[in-house]
Amino acid sequence: MTDTGFAALTDTGFAALIDLAAGALVLAAVLIVWRRDLGSIIRLLAWQGAALAAIPLIRGVHEGDAALILIGVAIAVLRTILLPWLLARALGAEHRGLRDATPLVNTTASLLIAALLTMTAFAVTRPVVDLDPGPATAAVPAAFAVVLIALFTMATRRHAISQAAGFLMLDNGIAAAAFLLTAGVPLIVELGASLDVLFAVIVIGVLTGRMRSKFGGADLDALHELRD
Amino acid sequence: MNLMSYLAGAAQIGGVALGAPLVIGVTRQVRARLEGRVGGGVGQPWRDLRKQLRKQQITPRGTTAVFAAAPAVLAGTTLLIVAVVPLVATGSPLDPIADLFAVVGLLFLGSVALTLAGIDTGTSFGGMGASREITIAALVEPTILLAVFALSIPTGSANLGAIVAHGIDNPGQLLSLPAVLAFVALVVVIIAETGRMPVDNPATHLELTMVHEAMVLEYAGPRLALVEWASGMRLTVLLALLANLFIPWGVAGPESGGLAVAIGVIAIVVKVLILAVLLAGAEVFLAKLRLFRVPELLAGSFLLALLAVTTANFLTTGT
Repeated sequence: MTDTGFAALTDTGFAALIDLAAGALVLAAVLIVWRRDLGSIIRLLAWQGAALAAIPLIRGVHEGDAALILIGVAIAVLRTILLPWLLARALGAEHRGLRDATPLVNTTASLLIAALLTMTAFAVTRPVVDLDPGPATAAVPAAFAVVLIALFTMATRRHAISQAAGFLMLDNGIAAAAFLLTAGVPLIVELGASLDVLFAVIVIGVLTGRMRSKFGGADLDALHELRD
Repeated sequence: MNLMSYLAGAAQIGGVALGAPLVIGVTRQVRARLEGRVGGGVGQPWRDLRKQLRKQQITPRGTTAVFAAAPAVLAGTTLLIVAVVPLVATGSPLDPIADLFAVVGLLFLGSVALTLAGIDTGTSFGGMGASREITIAALVEPTILLAVFALSIPTGSANLGAIVAHGIDNPGQLLSLPAVLAFVALVVVIIAETGRMPVDNPATHLELTMVHEAMVLEYAGPRLALVEWASGMRLTVLLALLANLFIPWGVAGPESGGLAVAIGVIAIVVKVLILAVLLAGAEVFLAKLRLFRVPELLAGSFLLALLAVTTANFLTTGT
């Protein structure tokens, strides 16, 4: 598994595939900012998970590393099937419309801010990229852009499902940065992080259910009423 | 700078000038057929233009030279764009000024002329249409600039002929991430710029929704014919430019013979027709977007263009 079988993936092809995967990550993040329909946000999240899983898979095939391929497959199962399914299940119980309310910042401004955040990510990661120039590190700014856009989404969205989507996007970005920067996170660390995320989503799912039974909706603004 | 390049330039101008109403006719006919109507035929826009040209020239009371000059400015700038962009062959006599900034500037000049004419009439519809048009244009022009800018980074030149020639030499780059993002952004802004669905509905005169039609509401006769002909040319030349930037095959080289020019003409006609049919077919399935949602769509396409530039800049130079 270590040598001849995967020699077909050339260096230029590797660089192009990594760029494409990183670009798909950013594109999915931007589209999540764009859309308000919760169902399509979850579908986009699954696509983003697929793009994320592609990074360790491509690296694993390129470097002939069986452990990386294994991690890639595990991530693909977790982030393109399991987590979106959990979110969709939490959404399915929602009876009041499947659309998020208008975010705190309107969509046009959100998109322009996402553009600024992407530029910022590309600007501030120059020193990191210069440390070890290569096709994989060159794509690191894209992962940072996803992290920044995810933080922005979490700060401006009102619906619990959107917040969970923002959280998952944040984790996707961090994981992508890890895969692009290091030759590979140790398997046990990656498994631990993935398990954390899985539990966080389960907790969010339970919390959403509780909120719905208390307030009749998963709009986070309803939580203000606890203080009154 | 041989005779052939002049011939190619002339074929380009003549082809767009005569073919633009036919392109409009094709989109209308495809749309009519898909909606189960018979349609007026491909030649109907030409018959409309002939009818308008025979009518009397009417100048609304209180309008100034701005109103009278706007159709000529619009048609003139559009013809100049048609002359400079590489549609049939690269390396045309006007190649040194076939710069993307010049083309975007000329497009905007035409839009501004029509907007001023809309305000000049002093009617409420004219002002409303002008304000809407300029809202859309303010978002469209930077997006076109950025999208073509993303394409010019791998080429190392903002010259449109050089970009097209680079695309022919390196077909692999036409499928790269920046190119795909730039393509999507350009498609959205071309739809907005030419006032097609879902930004503007070219088929209605409904006062609450119209953008382009509201501005030209006061025009009649030969001036209306000029405005409509120029709008048709804008759609045609933008579709042709889109086709040549992303599917550059068939464009004749700078030093080619008559056969290559003939192939170039046929190629661009086929490409524009295919794009026009696709555009009309897609329009059938789209509903017009609410006016307040249009900036959202355009901001999205601006973001895509910006991403195209950043990815073209950082990802490819990093490797």
